[in-house]
Amino acid sequence: MVTIENLHKKFGSNVVLDGVDLTIKKGSILAVLGPNGSGKTTLIKSILGMVVPNKGTITINETSISKDWKYRQEIDYLPQIANFPGNLNVKELIKMIKDLRNKPAKDDELITFFKLEPFLNKKLSTLSGGTKQKVNLVLTFMFDSPFVILDEPTSGLDPISLIRLKELINAEKAKGKTILITSHIMSFVEEIAEGVIFILEGKIYFNGSVQELKTKTGQTDFEHAIANILSENHA
Amino acid sequence: MLKILKYSFYDLSRSRWSYIYFLFYLLLGVTLLFLNNDLSGAVITLMNVIIILIPLIGTIFGVMYYYNSKEFTELLLAQPVKRSSIFIGQYLGVAISLSASLVLGLGIPFAAYGLFESGVIWNFTVLLITGVFLTFIFTALAFNIALSNENKIKGFGYAVLLWLFLAVIYDGLFLLALVYFQEYPLDKFSLLATIFNPIDLSRILILLELDISALLSYTGAVFKKFLGTSLGALISFGMLSLWVILPVWRISAKAKKKDF
Repeated sequence: MVTIENLHKKFGSNVVLDGVDLTIKKGSILAVLGPNGSGKTTLIKSILGMVVPNKGTITINETSISKDWKYRQEIDYLPQIANFPGNLNVKELIKMIKDLRNKPAKDDELITFFKLEPFLNKKLSTLSGGTKQKVNLVLTFMFDSPFVILDEPTSGLDPISLIRLKELINAEKAKGKTILITSHIMSFVEEIAEGVIFILEGKIYFNGSVQELKTKTGQTDFEHAIANILSENHA
Repeated sequence: MLKILKYSFYDLSRSRWSYIYFLFYLLLGVTLLFLNNDLSGAVITLMNVIIILIPLIGTIFGVMYYYNSKEFTELLLAQPVKRSSIFIGQYLGVAISLSASLVLGLGIPFAAYGLFESGVIWNFTVLLITGVFLTFIFTALAFNIALSNENKIKGFGYAVLLWLFLAVIYDGLFLLALVYFQEYPLDKFSLLATIFNPIDLSRILILLELDISALLSYTGAVFKKFLGTSLGALISFGMLSLWVILPVWRISAKAKKKDF
């Protein structure tokens, strides 16, 4: 279980998170939505300890994460932009991460699942965006951690890979994992997520289920409901 | 941390630049010895090259490595690894690989020439030890600069400026001060000014070891009196260590507060 209390973060004079309170229950799938620059990635990076908040606390399973790093053992994270060291090949990268984590990994299974065999000996700098994203997915899902964070998992994927990704997320869901997703593809979110939070200008504007969001905005379509919030607040 | 060090080292061992650096020293050593035919003369020439070149390579290489391994760092930050060990590990990877290039590149030709039978072995060892110290000092300073500057161009600029200041400008200012205040007793001042610049300190240490401190003119006697003693040597090496410890401490302090 993750509890976030009164989280504030500024980059220079730019306020990105302005008092976020959030509880993520164990075993739930939560989608974080919001326009570009609303603070979704900053929120995720704060949970991972990559961004140090100005104020506020984050606790995972009742222990505060500040000055701790071992808790990341229990988190699988898919970064938004797959930046890999360009001079390694795919195999070496996977081996390296496995070595760093020191945990059993099901990398072979996932490589077959995403059909990555032809790319194993290729340098990461030569891979296309979609293939890099698949490598990214393998690195994320190969450890069976109870908490999974996916930042824009669909970016660059072709339709077949997208279907495979959904299968994968559903399989993880069935194992009772806690999953946090950000995405701009509303149909994907509607299909996968149980709960939705909507961040606007660094605050949580809405926290509930997809159905509740539709009722609140008076729209029958999820995509329109989101657009409704956006246009209301930016008009 | 050892794992990060291992991967940084592995990464650098595949980089062309480590080999170029190594080959440069190898070539330098070979040319100096076999053209000069004079071991102690070679050591003096080497000192002049080393004292200027090591800080330059250390700063440039350190800054370059930090910016180039940004992706690697970002990948590591999401892993269960302590933040300070990521950066200290990378720092040690660079510093150790540069030092290895230096020690091996110079050590091999000197050993082949018959260093172990000659009397200058101790001089040569002091030369290498100060060289390694300078590598560690300037790589650490470079990491500090890179950590504080997101902008690559700025980072490189500051790094070159730092080198220029400590290698050239500092000496110029020092000399000017000596000339300007020549009526006053300056021995304590020059001693202090030397100690606060790692390049000057290394140069004096090697010169004293080579026993040519007469070259140092009127302050030479003071240096000899102070640094020539075992206490003085201890203090100078302590000072060099401090030049390593303080920047490394700041790397880990800075790394803890940085956002990625």
